[in-house]
Amino acid sequence: MAEAAVTHDVAVYEPSLFGTYSKKIGMWLFLLSDSLTFGALLYAYSYGRISITNWPTPFHSGSIVNATIMTAFLLTSSLTMVLAVSAAARGKESARVGWLLATMACGIGFIVLHGREWTHLISEGLTLPIFPAVPGQDAASEFAGVSKTVPQFGSTFFTLTGMHMLHVTLGVVYLGIIALRKKFIPILLACWLAAWLLTPAYSPFHYAAHVLLITAIVCSVILWLKPKVYDAADTEVAGLYWHFVDLVWMFIFPLVYLMSTKIL
Amino acid sequence: MEDASQLAIEARVAEQHRHHSHTPFFVVWGVLLVLTAIEVYLGYQNMEPKRMLSILMCLSIVKAALIIGYFMHMKYEASRMKYLTMCSLVFCLAMMMVFFPDAFRILYLGVH
Repeated sequence: MAEAAVTHDVAVYEPSLFGTYSKKIGMWLFLLSDSLTFGALLYAYSYGRISITNWPTPFHSGSIVNATIMTAFLLTSSLTMVLAVSAAARGKESARVGWLLATMACGIGFIVLHGREWTHLISEGLTLPIFPAVPGQDAASEFAGVSKTVPQFGSTFFTLTGMHMLHVTLGVVYLGIIALRKKFIPILLACWLAAWLLTPAYSPFHYAAHVLLITAIVCSVILWLKPKVYDAADTEVAGLYWHFVDLVWMFIFPLVYLMSTKIL
Repeated sequence: MEDASQLAIEARVAEQHRHHSHTPFFVVWGVLLVLTAIEVYLGYQNMEPKRMLSILMCLSIVKAALIIGYFMHMKYEASRMKYLTMCSLVFCLAMMMVFFPDAFRILYLGVH
């Protein structure tokens, strides 16, 4: 074995104990560790929900409809991702790219709706001390009292959903690179500029937009160091990440939104 | 340096994907949407939070199992991969439940 590793371009190592390839095992290990991060955040939210009797129920039917559409977007994106993996395995390159773009479109739809929800809640007074103050905000806004009486709600809500939104954003970028490779970098930079310039300075998204710039730099370095054509295995591994993002939302949606529904 | 055994496994996994029908994935997608609709319906029932949390979490676990099993392909993985990853995950998440009795303590005894 060792001689083969030294003298040939293709070596033969012992097969994996888990019956699959290393990239996939690596992604599964990452997802297991990431699920513990989300697990801790979900437990923290549940702890507050159970132990605080005057837990706010701020989500009107509008918010629930919005979150339900977001859930449908993510579930549909998982289906399109499966179809992308299948197309990649069948060697249908244009179908693979098409389904990946469809998955990204669903992911972007999710982010836009989520951003709209956040903006609405912040404008109504549900905020965090680190968020910039909204100019001209009415002191009698609907949730102005919530941030003072039950600060745990805002902190756990924004941390949990913000962490998930970050994962969805990184997932869209990941799929963009797998689908379009270096052609995606200028698109990513255009998205960064648009997100930065079109959001007002008091919006948290004005600052969060820089995540896109950082990912554009990181992706450029990766593509420069290891340029390659992404194959069926790469698509499957990216799919695992995307399904995980969907999976986490299946817990966030009922726990955060449905457990805090405002019943009239 | 490429690893021939890795390339062979990748080719075998791609072959598995080629033989899978798309029908189960569409069925799972439909079931997930129906379960979501049930959850939204339950959200509007005026239930005790603890009971509602239990029902919603059970439905979420069913949805998670469908996503992991079918979409994430775990159903088709080797038993060793399946049981080792899932058992370790469930064990670690279950360990975090140690904090819940404390939440109920605050709820029932009050904070002094």
